[in-house]
Amino acid sequence: MELCPSVKNVLLLDSEGNRIAAKYYCDDWPTNSTKEAFEKAVFTKTQKTNARTEAEIAMIENNVVVYKFVQNLHFFVTGGEDENELILATVVQGFSDAVGILLSTCSRGQVDKREALENLDLILMCLDEIVDGGIILETDPNVIAGKIASQSLDAGGPLSEQTISQALATAREHLTRSLLK
Amino acid sequence: MAQPFAKKDDDRDEEAEYSPFLGIEKGAVLQEARVFHDPQLDPRRCSQVITKLLYLLNQGETFTKVEATEVFFAVTKLFQSRDIGLRRMVYLMIKEISPSSDEVIMVTSSLMKDMTSRTDVYRANAIRVLCQITDGTLLGQIERYLKQAIVDKNPVVASAALVSGIHILQTNPEIVKRWSNEVQEAVQSRAALVQFHALALLHQIRQNDRLAVSKLVTSLTRGTVRSPLAQCLLVRYASQVIRESANNFQTGERPFYDYLESCLRHKSEMVILEAARAITELSGVTNRELTPAITVLQLFLSSSKPVLRFAAVRTLNKVAMTHPMAVTNCNIDMESLISDQNRSIATLAITTLLKTGNESSVDRLMKQITNFMSDIADEFKIVVVEAIRSLCIKFPLKYRSLMNFLSNILREEGGFEYKKAIVDSIVILIRDIQEAKEIGLLHLCEFIEDCEFTYLSTQILHFLGIEGPKTADPSKFIRYIYNRVHLENATVRACAVTTLAKFGATVDSLKPRIIVLLRRCLFDSDDEVRDRATLYLNTLGADGSVAETDNDVKEFLFDSLDIPLVNLETSLRNYEPSDQPFDINSVPKEIKAQPLAEKKAPGKKPIGLGAPPTAPSAAVDAYDKLLSSIPEFASYGKLFKSSAPVELTEAETEYAVNVVKHIFDHHVLFQYNCTNTIPEQLLENVTVVVDASEAEEFSEVASKPLKSLPYDSPGQTFVAFEKTDGVPAVGKFSNVLKFIVKEVDPTTGEAEEDGVEDEYQLEDLEVVAADYMQKVGVSNFRNAWESMDPEGERVDEYGLGSRESLAEAVNAVVNLLGMQPCEGTEAVPSNSRSHTCLLSGVFIGNVKVLVRLSFGISGQNEVAMKLAVRSEDENVSNTIHEIVASG
Repeated sequence: MELCPSVKNVLLLDSEGNRIAAKYYCDDWPTNSTKEAFEKAVFTKTQKTNARTEAEIAMIENNVVVYKFVQNLHFFVTGGEDENELILATVVQGFSDAVGILLSTCSRGQVDKREALENLDLILMCLDEIVDGGIILETDPNVIAGKIASQSLDAGGPLSEQTISQALATAREHLTRSLLK
Repeated sequence: MAQPFAKKDDDRDEEAEYSPFLGIEKGAVLQEARVFHDPQLDPRRCSQVITKLLYLLNQGETFTKVEATEVFFAVTKLFQSRDIGLRRMVYLMIKEISPSSDEVIMVTSSLMKDMTSRTDVYRANAIRVLCQITDGTLLGQIERYLKQAIVDKNPVVASAALVSGIHILQTNPEIVKRWSNEVQEAVQSRAALVQFHALALLHQIRQNDRLAVSKLVTSLTRGTVRSPLAQCLLVRYASQVIRESANNFQTGERPFYDYLESCLRHKSEMVILEAARAITELSGVTNRELTPAITVLQLFLSSSKPVLRFAAVRTLNKVAMTHPMAVTNCNIDMESLISDQNRSIATLAITTLLKTGNESSVDRLMKQITNFMSDIADEFKIVVVEAIRSLCIKFPLKYRSLMNFLSNILREEGGFEYKKAIVDSIVILIRDIQEAKEIGLLHLCEFIEDCEFTYLSTQILHFLGIEGPKTADPSKFIRYIYNRVHLENATVRACAVTTLAKFGATVDSLKPRIIVLLRRCLFDSDDEVRDRATLYLNTLGADGSVAETDNDVKEFLFDSLDIPLVNLETSLRNYEPSDQPFDINSVPKEIKAQPLAEKKAPGKKPIGLGAPPTAPSAAVDAYDKLLSSIPEFASYGKLFKSSAPVELTEAETEYAVNVVKHIFDHHVLFQYNCTNTIPEQLLENVTVVVDASEAEEFSEVASKPLKSLPYDSPGQTFVAFEKTDGVPAVGKFSNVLKFIVKEVDPTTGEAEEDGVEDEYQLEDLEVVAADYMQKVGVSNFRNAWESMDPEGERVDEYGLGSRESLAEAVNAVVNLLGMQPCEGTEAVPSNSRSHTCLLSGVFIGNVKVLVRLSFGISGQNEVAMKLAVRSEDENVSNTIHEIVASG
C-alpha cells in the first residue's frame, strides 16, 4: 500500500480551459487526449465557482481536485480519492502563491495569463520545484520562488534593471534562507 | 495541436489574446535549436528556445526519436555555459526528453561535476536529473555522492537526494537499502521537508519488516516530529501498525491510540484531519474512541475554508455509515451546510443527515431537500436519491412522504441516469414495503404517460406486468398501459402488449377485455407488435380452441428465461435447419464466472431493474461438442456441468496434467489434459489408472487412451465412471499416468523403435458436491423464493466454529455449495456482526435450488449459520443440508 501522500497532477489552465502548463505524475491519463479530456472535465466543473479568496475542492472522476483562481489563471492539484485534502490544498496554495511572487517581479508585474506565458520558463521551474515524480518537494511559496528567483537574478542584467519588487523578492529570499539555516 | 492559441475569436480583446507562442511551429523551433551549437553562446536566446521546446512538449506535441536525439545532443553543448538560469532549463529539458541509456553517458560526467559543485542549486538539481535518467549500472558510481548529499547541510540538496532515493528504491532497492544510516540521520534533520522525505524513505526501506516499522513508529511518536507532512506520514504508519497488530490485542488499550488522540491537538490542521480520519477508520472503533475525533471534525464544519469543510463532512459521511449515532451531535452544523456554496459539500451534508436522521426528523429534512434539489447537478441528485432510498427502507412507516418526494422529483427535469435512479428507488420501495405498492405503481404509471426514455418505459411496463395484477384493483392500470399502445414508439408498444397479456393471464375478470384490446393491436404498423399480439391472443385462448392450460400460460409469461441469453444465441447460431426442431433444453445453463475486472468496474451492485449479469459459456459449449463427437461417451446424454481444469501436477514438471470433471446424469467423466514437456521423448498409449477405492459409489466403465503424445502438443485421455442416477456421489480418486516412453533423436526428430513402460504419480482428485451444482442466477431472488413451495422448505442451524472473519465463513459456505450468489450478497461489509447471503443454482437432475444463509459472529469469532433451502424437490433440499452438515 502506498502511504506517502502523492500528487497525481498539477495543472495551470487559463480562463477558457486551455493548458498553460501541466505536469502529470501517474499513469491514469496515458495519452495527451485523455489528459485533455480530464482537463476539460476539471475546467467545466469548476469554472463557475469562486475560488479566489480560498482554495475550493471537488471530486472529479474519483479524484480529489483542489483548485484556486488568480485573475485568469486557474491552478489545480489532483490527488487520489483518499488523499488528505489539506495536503493537496497546501500544494495548490504553494503553487499559486509562488507563481504570484515570481510573476509580480517580471516586466509588467501582472499576475495573469499573458505574463505567465511570457515567463513560462519560471512557471515550468516552479512546477519542477514543487513536486518531483508525485512526491511533494516543497510547499512554501517563498522558498519555491526563492529557489527560482535567485538564479534568474544572478544571471540577470545589471542591478538597475531590477524593479523594486524584484529587490523585495531577493530580500525575502535571503530572509528565508537565513531562517532555514 | 501545434497552434493551440492561434485560432481564437478575432473580435476579442487583442491584449488578452496576445501570446508569445502565437503561431509556434515545431519544425521552426527545431531549426532555432541550432543556436545551441554557436561557439559564442547567447544564454538568454538559448533559454528562450528551450522554453519553446518545453512549451511544445507541454502542449502534447511529441518529438520523433531522431528529433529527440538531435535536441538532446544540442542541449548537451549548453553545459559549457556558466549561466545558472540556462543550466536550470537544460536540466528540465534533459528530464523531459528522458534520453536512452547510451545517450545518458554523454551527460553523465557533466552532471556528476554539477553534483559535486559548490553551488547548492546545481547539486540539488543535478542529483534529481541524474537519478531520474540513470539506470542501475551508473548508480554504483554516484552512490557515494548520494549518501553524502542525504546528510548535506543544505536542506534542498538533502531533499533532492532523499526523494531521488524514494524513486530509485522502486527499481534498485538493494542499493538504497545501504543508505539506511544516512537516512536515519536525516530523519533527525531540523529542516521540515528533509524530515518528511527522510521518514518516507526510511519507512519504504523497512516496509517489509514489521517489527522494524513498529519500532520506528514507537520511537518517533515519542519524539518530536516537526514537519506537519512528516507528522501526517507518522499517523499513517501508526494506523498501519494498529491494523496489522489487530489480532494481537483483544482487550485493553489500543496501541498508539493515545498518540493519534494527541495529534488531534496538533497546531496544523492537516495533521488534525489525518489523525481524526485515522481514528474513524480504526477497525472495531468504539464510541469512546470516536468522540474526540468527531469533536474536531465538527469544529471544521464551520470553518471558513471550503477544503476543510469538505474534508470534515466527507469523513463524517463515512462514519455515519457504520456509527450513525456518533455523528448526530453534528447534525445542526450539518444542516447549515445544506446551503453551502460548494455543492459537493452540500450533497455530502444532506446524505450524512439522511443517514443519521431519526424518524421524527424525516419530514423536516425532506422539506429542506426539496429546495436544495432544484439547484444541484444531476450527479449530486443521484446521490441524494440513493440516500433517500436507504432511509425509506430504514423507516418504512415514512414511505408516504418519501414516496411523494420521489414522485415529485420524477416529474421535474432531469437526465436519464437521474430518472433511472429515481425509478429504481421506487421499484425497490414497492418490493420491500407492502403498503407502498399501490401508490408507487400509480406514480410509475403517471411517469410513463410522459416519459422520454424508452428504456425506462419498457422497464416500468415489465414491472407493472408482474406487480400490477397482484394489487386490489388491477383494472385501473389498464388505461395507462393501453395508452402506450397508441402513443409510443414500437419498442414501448411491443412491451405494452406483453404487459397487457400478463394482466389477462392473471386476472380472469379482465381477460375478455384484454382480448379485445389485444385484437386492436393486430393492426399495428410494426411487425413485432403484431406478432406479440397474435402470440398472446393464442396463448390466452382468444379463439376458444387451443387455449393452453393456465399454468403453462403463466409460466410462459412470467418465468424468466433460465438460460443465459448469450448461450441461447450461440446455440441458435449453431442450429442447422433440419427436421428436428430446435430444443431449448439443449442450451447449456451454466454461467461462467465473470472476470473480476468487470465486477469491480463501477462499484455498484446491480439493483432495482437491472437483470442479473450473464456471461458467455464458450468453454461448456466446446466441451459439449468435443464429448458428443467421441462415440464411447455420446450415449451419456446431455452434459450437465464441466468443472474448471484442476492441476494434477506441479508447475514445470516433466509432464503437465490437468483434469476436467464432466458431470452427466448417470456418469462422471474425467478428461485428463496431458502435455509432454520433454523434447527428447515421445509418449505412446497414454492412460490414467484411477484408483477409486475411496469413492465407493463410483464404478469405472470405460476409458479412452491417448495413442501418442509428442513433445509440446497437448492431448486428452478419458476415464468414465458410472454412478447412481441423480445422486450427488462424492469421493476421492488417486491417479497414476501410465505410458510407453520412446527416445527421440533431437537432430532427426525420429523416435526409436522400442519403448519402455513407465508411470508417473499424479495428485489426487476429488469429486465434491459443488460439482453437481450449476451456478445459475435469478433476477429477483425474493420473487423466486416466494414462488417456491414454502412447504418444502428445510431449515436448520449450524455452528461453523471459530473463523477468521465473517466474510471468510460466508465465502467457505458459498464455495462448498458451488452456487451463484444473488444481488451482491456475497460481499460482507467490514465490521458487520451478521450477514444474509442469497444463493441460487440448479442441482443435478435440473432441479432449481434457492438458499438463504443467515450468519452471525460472536465476540470470539465463533460463527453460527442458519440455512434455509427451498427447491423443486424436497430430496434435493435435504441433500443440500447433508452437504453442509458433512462439509
